[in-house]
Amino acid sequence: MSVTETIAEPVAAAAVSDGIMDQFWNDVDRTTADSARRAFVRKALRGYEVKRDETKASFADWQAAREAAARTKFEAVNHLGQYLRQFEEKFTSRGGKVFWASNGQQARDYILKLAADRGVRSIVKSKAMTSEEIHLNDALEESGYKVVESDLGEFIQQLKREPPYHFVFPCMHLRRDEISALFEKELGSAKTDSPEELTMIARRFLRRQYIEADMGISGGNFIVAETGMISITENEGNARLTTAMPRIHVALIGIEKVVPHLADLALFLPLLGTAGAGQWLTCYNSMYSGPRQEGESDGPEEFHVVLLDNHRTRLLADAEQRDALHCIRCGACLNVCPIFKNIGGHAYGTTYQGPIGSVITPHLRGLQNWKHLSGASSLCGACTEACPVKIDIHHHLLHNRRNAVAEKPLWWEKWVWRGFAFAMRRPWLYRLGVRLAPLAQKLHPVIQGTPLDPLQAWTQTREFPEAAPTSFHDLWQQRKGAKR
Amino acid sequence: MNGDREKILGRIEEALQVPARLSHHGAGHGNGGQSHAAQPFAGVQVTAPFREWLPPVGHELKERLELFARQSSALRTELCECADAAAAGARITALAEAGNWKKLGLHAGALTDAIVPHLPSSLELFRTDGGYDKFALETCDAGLTECECLVAQTGSVCVTARSSGGRALSVFPPHHLAVASRSQLEPDLTAAYELLARRYPHGYPSFVSFITGPSRTGDIERILVLGAHGPKWLTILLLP
Repeated sequence: MSVTETIAEPVAAAAVSDGIMDQFWNDVDRTTADSARRAFVRKALRGYEVKRDETKASFADWQAAREAAARTKFEAVNHLGQYLRQFEEKFTSRGGKVFWASNGQQARDYILKLAADRGVRSIVKSKAMTSEEIHLNDALEESGYKVVESDLGEFIQQLKREPPYHFVFPCMHLRRDEISALFEKELGSAKTDSPEELTMIARRFLRRQYIEADMGISGGNFIVAETGMISITENEGNARLTTAMPRIHVALIGIEKVVPHLADLALFLPLLGTAGAGQWLTCYNSMYSGPRQEGESDGPEEFHVVLLDNHRTRLLADAEQRDALHCIRCGACLNVCPIFKNIGGHAYGTTYQGPIGSVITPHLRGLQNWKHLSGASSLCGACTEACPVKIDIHHHLLHNRRNAVAEKPLWWEKWVWRGFAFAMRRPWLYRLGVRLAPLAQKLHPVIQGTPLDPLQAWTQTREFPEAAPTSFHDLWQQRKGAKR
Repeated sequence: MNGDREKILGRIEEALQVPARLSHHGAGHGNGGQSHAAQPFAGVQVTAPFREWLPPVGHELKERLELFARQSSALRTELCECADAAAAGARITALAEAGNWKKLGLHAGALTDAIVPHLPSSLELFRTDGGYDKFALETCDAGLTECECLVAQTGSVCVTARSSGGRALSVFPPHHLAVASRSQLEPDLTAAYELLARRYPHGYPSFVSFITGPSRTGDIERILVLGAHGPKWLTILLLP
């Protein structure tokens, strides 16, 4: 089989709300039962935390650096229009082209048309979550283009026809023997248990792709308004090659990625490296401000930046949660999240996994269809604490819960609360309930495990606590009587 | 031809009618408890002096050189202090013999030109100046480039399309040799950006990159492997 086959979507795009939520619960049941995989992922994330803490400690003041980053992104996002215009003006003055896409369809059509107009045959890609978001590879392959992912993790996931498990560490859930078996099957390489040898197999395969590709597609970590640049952070060098060799470079990037000044990167690059991978600075941090200029010896003839909205403006319009657009996609909130550690990245069924994904996906893809993700949280706040730009992640999960209920209240939930309020206002009824509880519990086994059981959700996996024979209120009265 | 420009800018403007507050429930660190409405668009000059929160770099050149050396070794960059161009040439010759190099990619420049006479005649030289054949670059065993500056704080080499023979020479060959003089050592990223702004007032090179160690990946079981797609080896030849 070739590497260019379509990657299956985790969830059918047009599924109804219940379908998406049922899928989520089914996947969660399956992934949480896989304790070996969970232990493997946990171990990797522990390693990350140790390294990140070491690197954080080298900052003179980590908290002040976070605060400065939050303020800088606040300035950028709250003046987004001006900064995007500034970027566009600078960038086009250097011969770059900017295309504004309201949605995935427009972005895909633009890139497809560009490829057709320029006689492109093969395309090499570096990591871009925006391209996962709009299913760009599927569209390109359906139109007959050969598309190869060049980031090692993304390359492995492409061969496996599986979406990334984590938006920074795409194949962190795979063991080396699984990767070796995959390479054996797809690339015909020899079996090996050395990560180094596996990396070299991918390196040898991909080297030619950079030279032969007509078009290179990248994402972008930052849009620099002041100088009209996009900045790409990476470790492997695949993004540098993707943007150096092919004659056309297309960068697909979300409109929220703006920072006002080039010098802001002196703060953001270390923050991203530290929070993302526990590295002070990743291996390559590159800033691109146009196609090949006069007097330069290489680089693409054309450079197109596709600015993607795709409902980001909907999130922007929610002033309460607007800071979710400050996100620099470092993945730190996933790495510390107890839910992510247990259910894994695929169960979310989203492009952006983990706490930040649970916050933004309902805005990008519909609140009612994705509101269940707001419940996939223990609200421990580890995500908020880990966020290098201080997004109030766990409170936003609460905001989403509140908004979902306000928008579409559950009729039976309303009646449950009315009944509760009714009983609470009538002490005799409450007392009767308490008296009857031990009796009701004796009768419970009759319906336990059947759909009639109102406590089913609890008793499926847990014992229900035994009702006390004497209530606290009665005990109190008895004691008071004894004292007298 | 530029798509939904007006529509998107219109939606942004509409969305921003309601001001956001810079507030955090998790008060207690930094100025997290305060809240601020957005200030009017400043356009420029809101950048704070980030320097004071990042790792200290020392004031003396000696301290900075030591820091750069420490960072290099942590990153597995080979830092080679050379007395002169002949010494740099000798180091390259030794590497070429050990690695059985046939072909070296390079570009014209004051430092590289000074080194060329000290290279073995058996080593074929491939120049990228003014354009080159990509397939030929693939056969180079190493790429020799100059740089804009070195960064002590991070152990980085700053290259640009203008200073370093283009975009690919410093990343495609398996071994990158970067040559710099001591005076090119800048304390931190902020200083490096200031230097670039001074040097290119009429337009930056189309490509600027901070190279921090040889190419690496941890994608397989988080185990560090060097030479993922870029160079497996990075040697910095530091001239006086």
